[in-house]
Amino acid sequence: MSGFVAAVGRWRVRSVIWHVGALAVLAVILYPVVWVIGGSFKPGDQIVGSLQLLPTDPITDNYRRLSDGIADVPISTFFTNSLLLAVGSVIGVLFSCSLAAYAFARIRFAGRNALFTLMISTLLLPFQVLIIPQYILFQKLDLINTYVPLLLGKYLAADAFFVFLMVQFMRGLPRELDEAARLDGCGHLRIYWNIVLPLCRPALITSAIFTFIWSWNDFIGPLLYLNEPDKYTVSMGLKLFIDQDSVADYGGMVAMSMVALLPVLLFFLAFQRYLVEGAATSGLKG
Amino acid sequence: MTPTTTRAADGVRPPGGTTPGKATPGARPAPAAGRRQGRRETLAGYLFLTPWCVGILLLTLGPMLVSLYLAFTDYNLFDSPRWIGFKNFQDLFADDRWWTSVQVTLKYVLIGTPLKLAAALAVALLLVKPRKGQGFYRSAFYAPSLIGASVSIGVVWRAIFNDNAIVDKSMSLFGWDVGGWIGDPDWALPTLVTLTVWQFGAPMVIFLAGLKQVPSELYEAAEMDGAGRWRRFRSITLPMISPVLFFNLLLELIHSFQVFTSAVVIAGSGTNTGGPGDSLLVYGWYLYEQGFRNLRMGYAAAMAWMLMLGIGLVTAVLFKTQRGWVHYEEDAR
Repeated sequence: MSGFVAAVGRWRVRSVIWHVGALAVLAVILYPVVWVIGGSFKPGDQIVGSLQLLPTDPITDNYRRLSDGIADVPISTFFTNSLLLAVGSVIGVLFSCSLAAYAFARIRFAGRNALFTLMISTLLLPFQVLIIPQYILFQKLDLINTYVPLLLGKYLAADAFFVFLMVQFMRGLPRELDEAARLDGCGHLRIYWNIVLPLCRPALITSAIFTFIWSWNDFIGPLLYLNEPDKYTVSMGLKLFIDQDSVADYGGMVAMSMVALLPVLLFFLAFQRYLVEGAATSGLKG
Repeated sequence: MTPTTTRAADGVRPPGGTTPGKATPGARPAPAAGRRQGRRETLAGYLFLTPWCVGILLLTLGPMLVSLYLAFTDYNLFDSPRWIGFKNFQDLFADDRWWTSVQVTLKYVLIGTPLKLAAALAVALLLVKPRKGQGFYRSAFYAPSLIGASVSIGVVWRAIFNDNAIVDKSMSLFGWDVGGWIGDPDWALPTLVTLTVWQFGAPMVIFLAGLKQVPSELYEAAEMDGAGRWRRFRSITLPMISPVLFFNLLLELIHSFQVFTSAVVIAGSGTNTGGPGDSLLVYGWYLYEQGFRNLRMGYAAAMAWMLMLGIGLVTAVLFKTQRGWVHYEEDAR
């Protein structure tokens, strides 16, 4: 009996030590996130240099100043632009990548393996090789300072990662489903739309959230293609702050960082299960 | 649009061929019909792939050819490209700032990637046993991977590691006076490296998935044989997760070579691009500067191909050495 008690005691102590350790690591990891939340409610002169993480008297001045806008552009404009691009990207990725994934996972056609290898190898391609010719292409087509360069790739399944993710998922669906549907006289379009897509919901949700977040965080795309502040995204609005070499308004900058992070953090809190699982499956079965 | 078929059980047939004995009697099509079926499947395949095909031609393969051509030209976006042969590449090798950018990037990749993977594996080992709150920890550690490359986190990093800011001050409390971080040419790059290590969550999640697939009988057997913790890690865990390690290593290396946003933001994109003494002049930023600020598109294209060559070389070496240290289950049988 006493041995049992001792064993339980040892198990408990170990468990407590484990949790204390894990929480300590977590505190270090999440420090920057807490810092930006705290900093956005501090007066500007107490943000950098202060060792205090949270404000003593929280103020909302930083946010209030933001609502006046940056460079004569109201902050809601940046927000709307980012949102428009993110939602437009999500629609494009879901549509084009699932079509391509269905072909790779469920249709047997000549040249499939070669094309699949080609698709996977684009994952390894550095984007720097493409940006110069792509820029020239869009410049010749007079599409600079429009959202077309930022969206076109999403509608043409250029994100191999999502195609791959969906292929992996679709391969896991039982083949008998297709065969039964074919017996009932369904073609590929109906099998895709009525059977495979509904069953792929987890993969689609994962892709949608990743697309939203990556589009929201994107910096190099808007930096290359947008040159009028009223077309800018939230990332570019934030860039307007850091471009002033000597930052006068630290409070506004941190508040703006917080505004830029907020949708991503909310999305993460709501959908973390899908995000973590989606990231995990991308590494397996490959 | 898509060919509908009333013929049964033909979905798994390879194009053009028949699979004798497999198809159900009565539903089995004649060879000619099978061939037609194959053609129909091929047509359906390409119809579904149309957006992807257009994309890969217009946005990937086409641009690759163009950038290869531009690498041998002098082009400023307005006058037509002028063929100059290998001059861009010769100029690269004579360009001190190009060498700087190569060095900065190599240091970033070679120090950051191992540290990041080590952190990812360590935390994955910490989280692999089922415990209360495991899902919470897993998600919380993953979070930085989603936001790490954003401008916001770059700004935060810049503020936290600013000279005389929190990190600087706390370190001097412990008697370690670095004397500035992002303002110091020696410490600016380590600041950027911490940012990439901080995003260990993505490889960690992949490690976790790999660790969960290691059969526990192996550990039990090893424990009975008296193998200690470290021995079990080296002789069981590492070989068993080596495919996942390989995948993570490949992905992180390729990813790190292309670092851009965080370096630009931490360096400060005013007059001080490249950071103090160009200590944050990463390859991607120098390429951007040459191509889009100085409008030396041919030169930037040559840079892009050198990067591609570098990444290709690293990938090839990894794949070559993989036989030596990556163990796939099929090999064992």
